[in-house]
Amino acid sequence: MLRPRLDQLVAASDVLLVCGAGGVGKTTIAASVAAAAAAELDAKVLVLTVDPARRLATAMGLERFGNIETRVPDDAFRAAGVEPRGQLWAAMLDTKASWDDLVRRHAPDAAARDAILANPLYRNITATFTQSHDYIAMERLHELHASGRYDLIVVDTPPSRNAIDFLDAPARMAEFFSSRLLRWLIAPARSKLVNLASKPFYVVADRLLGASFLTDIAEFFLLFQSMYRGFVERAKAVERTLRDPRTSFVVVTTLEPVPAREATYFCEELAKRSLTLGALVFNRTLPAVLDDRSAKKLADRYRRHAATAAGELAEALDTATRARSGRSGFDPVAGAHVLGEIGQCFNDYGMLAARESELAVRLGRLAPRSVFVPHLDHDIGELADVLDVGRGLWGDEGLD
Amino acid sequence: MRLIDHRLLFVTGKGGVGKTTVSAALARCAAAEGKRVLVCEVDAKGSLATAFESGPVGFEPVEIEPGLHLMAMDTEASLREYLKLHLRIPLKGRIGPLANVFDFVATAAPGVKEILTVGKLAYEVRERHFDLVVVDAVASGHVVGQLSAPRAIGDLVKVGLIRTQADWMTGILADPAITAAVLVCTAEEMPVTETLELRDAISARTDVRVAAIVVNRVLPELFNRTEQALFDRFARPGAWQRTLVERHGPEALAVVEVAELATSLRRNSTAHLDRLRAEAGELPLLYLPFLFARGHGARAVHLLADALADELG
Repeated sequence: MLRPRLDQLVAASDVLLVCGAGGVGKTTIAASVAAAAAAELDAKVLVLTVDPARRLATAMGLERFGNIETRVPDDAFRAAGVEPRGQLWAAMLDTKASWDDLVRRHAPDAAARDAILANPLYRNITATFTQSHDYIAMERLHELHASGRYDLIVVDTPPSRNAIDFLDAPARMAEFFSSRLLRWLIAPARSKLVNLASKPFYVVADRLLGASFLTDIAEFFLLFQSMYRGFVERAKAVERTLRDPRTSFVVVTTLEPVPAREATYFCEELAKRSLTLGALVFNRTLPAVLDDRSAKKLADRYRRHAATAAGELAEALDTATRARSGRSGFDPVAGAHVLGEIGQCFNDYGMLAARESELAVRLGRLAPRSVFVPHLDHDIGELADVLDVGRGLWGDEGLD
Repeated sequence: MRLIDHRLLFVTGKGGVGKTTVSAALARCAAAEGKRVLVCEVDAKGSLATAFESGPVGFEPVEIEPGLHLMAMDTEASLREYLKLHLRIPLKGRIGPLANVFDFVATAAPGVKEILTVGKLAYEVRERHFDLVVVDAVASGHVVGQLSAPRAIGDLVKVGLIRTQADWMTGILADPAITAAVLVCTAEEMPVTETLELRDAISARTDVRVAAIVVNRVLPELFNRTEQALFDRFARPGAWQRTLVERHGPEALAVVEVAELATSLRRNSTAHLDRLRAEAGELPLLYLPFLFARGHGARAVHLLADALADELG
C-alpha cells in the first residue's frame, strides 16, 4: 500500500485552508505544505499565516513584515540543500490593517471613510472582537485569490474560539448588515423625531447603557451602513471562494483526546456544509517502532530485571572499552539504572503510541487521506526544518 | 497566600496547554480541603464536563461531588438573571426579541458579553455562594478583553446602571486577596512566549494580579550526567552499541531510539523552561507532570490534583 501523501491534493488545489485546535502545530504544517509545494512545483505559492512562532517567522524570512507579501529568498532553500522549482511567498495577517483597507475600499466618500476610521467603537471592534479576526482572514484570502497573483494559497486559519467560526463569518457578516436590527440600532441617529422612549428596546438599552453610548453605537452603525452593499457582495464572494472545488481543507491534529475531539467536530461540520475535506494531518506522532513486539519484550525485561541485563553486558563492555581506549569501563550500577529507565521509557511511550494508533484509526474514517508527521527531535529553527516536515507530507519521493 | 485561598481564580493560557484540566485539578484540590468550590467553563465547549466525566453542564451549577460544583457560562442567561435582579423587568422563559437585541448590542459594544461573564462570576463571589470560584477562562488572545471589560465599560459608558455595576466588579477584580489570574503553560516555544506576553498584558491592561504560572505536562528527566554519558555510548555507533546488539538483539536499538527521542524532547523543553524561569521573575512556578498512563478525564484530574496539592504545600 502506498503511504498517503499530500502532493496530489496540493497540485489539484488553488486554496488550502489549514485548520485545527490551538497548539497542534497548525502554523508549522501550513508553512511546510507551502514550502514543499514551492520546492516541488513550478508554482507561485503564498502562505498566509496568523501568528507564527518567532523562530518559524525567522525561518520564513518574515520577522519584519506585516500585511505585505514577502518572497522567501531562493538562497534560503539552497541553504537547506533544495533548488526550488517555484516561488514561496509569505504574509502575516494584520487584522487592524486589513480592516482599514476594507473600509478604504468600501467607504462611499472620504468623509465617511475618515469618520469610520476615527470612530472609537470601530477601533474597539476591529482590535478585540474575535469574529472580526475570523471575517478578515477569509476576506483577505478572497482578495488574494481573486487577484490572480498566486497559483496556490495556503492559509493558516485563525485560532477561533470555536473551530468553525471563521467559516460562518462571511455569511454572518452579510446577515448582520441586512438585518432589521441594524435599522433599529441606527434609528436614534437617523431620526430625532421618533419618540424612542416608547419602544421597549430603547427603554432597556437606555437603562443598561446610558443614552449617550447608545447614540455612539448608532452613529457607528449608520456610518457602517453606508458600506452595506459592498460588504454584502464581498461576503458572498468570500463564501464562493470557500465553496470552490479547488479549495480544500486540511485538518491538523495531534493524536491526543482533546485536539482529536475538535478535529472530529471540525470534519463533521465541513461535511454538513458540503465543503471539501482534503486530508487529515496527524502531527507529532510517535515512531512506529513502539509497536514492535520484540522491542516491547526487551524493554519489559530492562524494566523488571535491569541488574541482570546490565550484568550480561558488563564483561563484554569492559573488555571492549579497555581494548580500544583507555576510557573508564561500564559501571554496572549506573548501567542498570540506564537500562531500567530506557525500558520504562519505552513502556511509557508505548502506551501513548497505542492510544495514538487507536485515535488515528477512528479519525482516519473521516477523511479521504491521513498523513502522519513524526515528532521532530528539535524545534523549528530554519527553512530546512520546515522542508523536513514538508518532505514527510509530500510523500516517499520527497524533495531532492 | 496560597493559590486556592483566593476567592476568584481565572485560569488562562495558550490554546492546547490544558487549561481545563488544570482548572479542574485546582478546583478538586480546594474541594478536597473542604471548600465549597464552583468551576465555570467560559467558552462552553463542554471540555469541563469531559474532564470530570460528568453529564452536560449548564448555567445552573450542579454539584458533581461534595463541595464541587460545575457550570457553563451563558451570557444570555446571565443577562436574564441580571435584568431580573436589578431592573425588576419581568421576563418569562426566554428573553425572546430581547435576546436578538442583546446579541446585537453585544456585537456593537465589545465588552458587553465580557462584562456579563465577569459580572456573573464576581456576583457569585460577592454573594459568598462559594468559597472559591475557578474560571476555566478563554485563551490568551481574549482573556485580557474579558478581564478588562469592567474598566473598559467604565471608560465608554459614563452613566447608567452598567456603569455602577462596573465599579463594584472592578473592586472585586482589583483586590489581590480575592482575585488572581493563573497562567497555564507547557514547556514549548509558543506557550512560553505567549505566557510571558500575557503576564505583561494582564498587568498593564487589567486590574487583576497574576499569582502563578502552572507548567503543565513536564516530561521526566531520565538520567543524571553520568548516566547520560553512559547512555550516549549506547546511542552512538561504536563498540558499546555493537556489544548491545550482540547481546540483546537488534531490538535493543529500537529501545535506545525511543529513549533518545524522549531525552531530546526533555532537553528541548528544559531550554524553554529555563527561559520561562529567567523571565518569570518573582512569579511562582508550579509544575505538573506529564501523565503517560492517563492523559485525560477524571483520572487525570485526580492525579493532577494530588500533584498540585504537593506543589501548593
